[in-house]
Amino acid sequence: MNGIDHFLDEGFVRPFIDWHAIAPELTFLAVGAILTLVDVFWLEKGRKYMPALAGLGLLLTLVPILTLAADGTERVLWDGAFVVDEFALVMKALFLVAGYVVVLLSTNYVAEGDFWENEYYGLLAASLMGMVLMASARDLVTIFVALELLSIPIYMMASWRKRAMEGNEAGMKYFLMGVFASAIMLYGMSLLYGASGSTKLEDIGAALSAFDSSVPLITLGVVFVVVGFAFKVSAVPFHVWAPDTYQGAPTPITAFLAVASKTAGFVALIQLIYVGFYDRSDVYAPLLWVLAVASMTIGNLIALRQTHIIRLFAYSGVAQAGYMLAALAVAGTSPEVGRQALTAVVTYLIIYAAMNLGAFAVIHAVARKTRSGEVASYGGLFGYAPGLAVAMVIFLFSLTGIPPLGGWYAKLAVIQATVSDGSWFGYSLAIVIAVNSVIAAFYYANIARLMFMNEAPDGDTTPIRVPFSLSAALTITVVATVLSGVLPQLVGTLAEANLIAFGG
Amino acid sequence: MTEFLDDWGLTLAIFLPLVGVAIMALIPKAEEQLHKAVALIASLAVVVVGVLLVVEFDFDRAGELQFLVDRSWIDVINSRYILGLDGISMPLMLLTMLIVPLCIIYSWNHFPEPHNPKAFLILILVLQTGMIGTFLAQDLILFFVFFEVVLLPMYFMIGVWGGEQRQYAAIKFFLYTLFGSALMLVSFLALYFLADGTDTIAGVANTFDMRALPEAATAVGITAQLWIFGGMFLGFGIKVPMFPFHTWLPDAHTQAPTVGSVILAAVLLKLGTYGFIRIAIPILPEAAIEWAPFIGALAVIGIIYGALCCLAQTDMKRLIAFSSVAHMGFTMLGIATLTDFGMNAAIFGMVAHGLITGMLFFVAGSVKERYHTLEIRRLGGLLISAPKMGWILGFATMASLGLPGLAGFWGEFPVILSAYNPAEGLSVEVFRTYMVIAAVGTVFAAGYLLWLYQRTSFGTPSEEFVNDPHIHDVEIPEWIAWAPMLALILILGVYPNLVFEMTDPAVGLVSELVAAAGR
Repeated sequence: MNGIDHFLDEGFVRPFIDWHAIAPELTFLAVGAILTLVDVFWLEKGRKYMPALAGLGLLLTLVPILTLAADGTERVLWDGAFVVDEFALVMKALFLVAGYVVVLLSTNYVAEGDFWENEYYGLLAASLMGMVLMASARDLVTIFVALELLSIPIYMMASWRKRAMEGNEAGMKYFLMGVFASAIMLYGMSLLYGASGSTKLEDIGAALSAFDSSVPLITLGVVFVVVGFAFKVSAVPFHVWAPDTYQGAPTPITAFLAVASKTAGFVALIQLIYVGFYDRSDVYAPLLWVLAVASMTIGNLIALRQTHIIRLFAYSGVAQAGYMLAALAVAGTSPEVGRQALTAVVTYLIIYAAMNLGAFAVIHAVARKTRSGEVASYGGLFGYAPGLAVAMVIFLFSLTGIPPLGGWYAKLAVIQATVSDGSWFGYSLAIVIAVNSVIAAFYYANIARLMFMNEAPDGDTTPIRVPFSLSAALTITVVATVLSGVLPQLVGTLAEANLIAFGG
Repeated sequence: MTEFLDDWGLTLAIFLPLVGVAIMALIPKAEEQLHKAVALIASLAVVVVGVLLVVEFDFDRAGELQFLVDRSWIDVINSRYILGLDGISMPLMLLTMLIVPLCIIYSWNHFPEPHNPKAFLILILVLQTGMIGTFLAQDLILFFVFFEVVLLPMYFMIGVWGGEQRQYAAIKFFLYTLFGSALMLVSFLALYFLADGTDTIAGVANTFDMRALPEAATAVGITAQLWIFGGMFLGFGIKVPMFPFHTWLPDAHTQAPTVGSVILAAVLLKLGTYGFIRIAIPILPEAAIEWAPFIGALAVIGIIYGALCCLAQTDMKRLIAFSSVAHMGFTMLGIATLTDFGMNAAIFGMVAHGLITGMLFFVAGSVKERYHTLEIRRLGGLLISAPKMGWILGFATMASLGLPGLAGFWGEFPVILSAYNPAEGLSVEVFRTYMVIAAVGTVFAAGYLLWLYQRTSFGTPSEEFVNDPHIHDVEIPEWIAWAPMLALILILGVYPNLVFEMTDPAVGLVSELVAAAGR
């Protein structure tokens, strides 16, 4: 039916708004507004309350999410463009907790640097709001709005160190690559709209499955949209921005990029694949297979050669994205396998957030003393900062996938999903994951080797003072990493969260 | 008491060391004596639990899993916290429980550089948790977790407290084992999806329950079985290590600190052989029959190759390390026969090798501490400079070469004998050939071990060490650490039934599964 006729026939009807369902987004809006107002009225006096306010605001936003979870009903708003289901709630909570850890990481960094707090935390809140919105977006337009809302603040935050060349390079590269990806994605979206006549993912799904064989129009649409998000999750060959941007951005923002932004990309991909493209696995499965294998292998191989720790983690992040893409590649085999794959990706995202944020927290803490990002500067860390070294070992070997640290369960879930496919399409992915985790073990273990088995390169062994907020961030991430490895059921339960349109 | 032990005995045996770790983590680094005391008490507490378990263990039903614990753990993947103790696990669990406190006592007064007893002892205790857990786990995922837990402590032990090439050796050890276990995990998962456990004790189609899998896995097609066995073969075979995957072992052994070598030789290698007997063979007997000739071939290559390498070594510790390759070859040959006889002998061989090679590494460590070198060319006259230690070394080498009356004999001789008559479905000619080659291997073993003993202990001390005040005889901590091992080598040599009585009923069940598949 035509929208205009609809209005003419019935007059304007205010769409029904379920305020409870959009409460998290509204809370965020309030937090952003308060941050701005405090800044406007209190100026310099308000500076020191900013991180606390931002952190508090994030935790406050968890409240409506918890009440929504306790309530348990699935809510569909605006004709299906905005959905609150288990999956959306789990991902929103993950974004908020990750955002909170990033605030903890930022506290001292922003206060000690010559930065204006309000802008920083305001942008962070805006970006997180985009992510929270993304978790509920089931419509091409909503997805696009969420994507831009979460991306544009990060473009600015990536170039936060405006007086350093690398800072400018980081922001510029990310921006140019980002808009390029957005353009490709928009083109894909327009093709999909053309083919299906709707921007709603569910309608697109129905329309796409109606075509029995591959139609170039659909193939192009699906491929372009997936490629657009492949940029966001930094999958090979769309990863080239990641190392430079990660290196140039302030470390807390790098952590935010590597964890929250990548998670947002995966959330969008999951929604698109499970709701929009599910029956077109003939198109996306081979594409994701190639992206996954390339990301894992190339990411890990290049990471082997890195001497700068942030670049190393950038490439390791590329490989980690590959593991998750591998699970997504088998999503369309059958609903049961799709279920496994969805659980696996969500499991991976949760554990990945804990261990990667933790690793960046250590990197951040160490850089406060060494003022260096060289891998070699980690030499002898155990001698003068045993706590940080042990924490780093926990994160590194969790990323490697050694039990009883969380990462092993994440890997297990992903391998399980690929094996459940039951054909060589999935088995080959499982074997590639297994072999890649050994390659990755080399560079992770190498950092551990430096920390424990080498001397401090410059002989400087004054202890590192870890500020309270950083210790808090480390505590949260260490506990989450270890707990998710010893009692994986905790994560497993969360990861069973389903999408409303994907019956499973 | 019995009830308590039924519910908690095995859990305590696994996690008591971690309690020690938790306490030690709270004690400042400088309190070295306290750390040693806590670590020793924790490991002795495990021994007490072990003794209680032995007392309560029903040896008439050694084929069944006892003290069974079955709790929910990761429901989303049907993985459960299942522990059980039977005749196969028992000797290896006891071996671990024995070795760890002895290692702590041995280290008492001389921690290797860079000292730091706190960290060193914590690693030993974490290792113990992983090792005992592996022998007791009855769920594939739980097994995998414990199997991997040992990696990190050993990596750090070699890398921090090891010899000159320690960093290289540590990473090599780490990557090799990780490679194997990563593919092993893929195998476990493939098994999970292909097996059908609906009508078994697990009650669900997809299961990791090792009690249910032998029956459930009959649903798996033979091609898939062969692939899955291949993945497990890599995981366990690298850990053993079998011939072409053995190259991490000489490096790791040579570079590891004495205690690390002892634990590595005595227990860690057994995780691999145990995996074959506990998991790969009973669950996939058909694939095992197909793979056995291949495994047997690698085993005998290992025997001969290990022996030849031993003859070429100039470093005492490296020589002992290569002798491990040869000895584990015997164990693997016993397993490859897939017979009751062969696998019993293999388990005995694991225990014997653990005690004997552990002992040899202890002596090598003490020699290194006194002479600051292990170059065989520079040693000599140990019987003059430190006679008691010389005799102990002699005893251990004799045991290692398989002298009847000492434990090593029962790990070798029955294995060779069992290859004469392999399980149904295996080629008799092939295995008899292996038998002959293995028998030749024992001659080599006598050769390199006697030659080693002759060069290090006979003759007169070389000039550089003749009046060295550092060279003194066996010390009290060494006596305490070594006496139980020496006694056991003798006792098991005279009365091997101590072990065979435990293992036979349990191994019988495994060989029955193979026999049923071979028909």
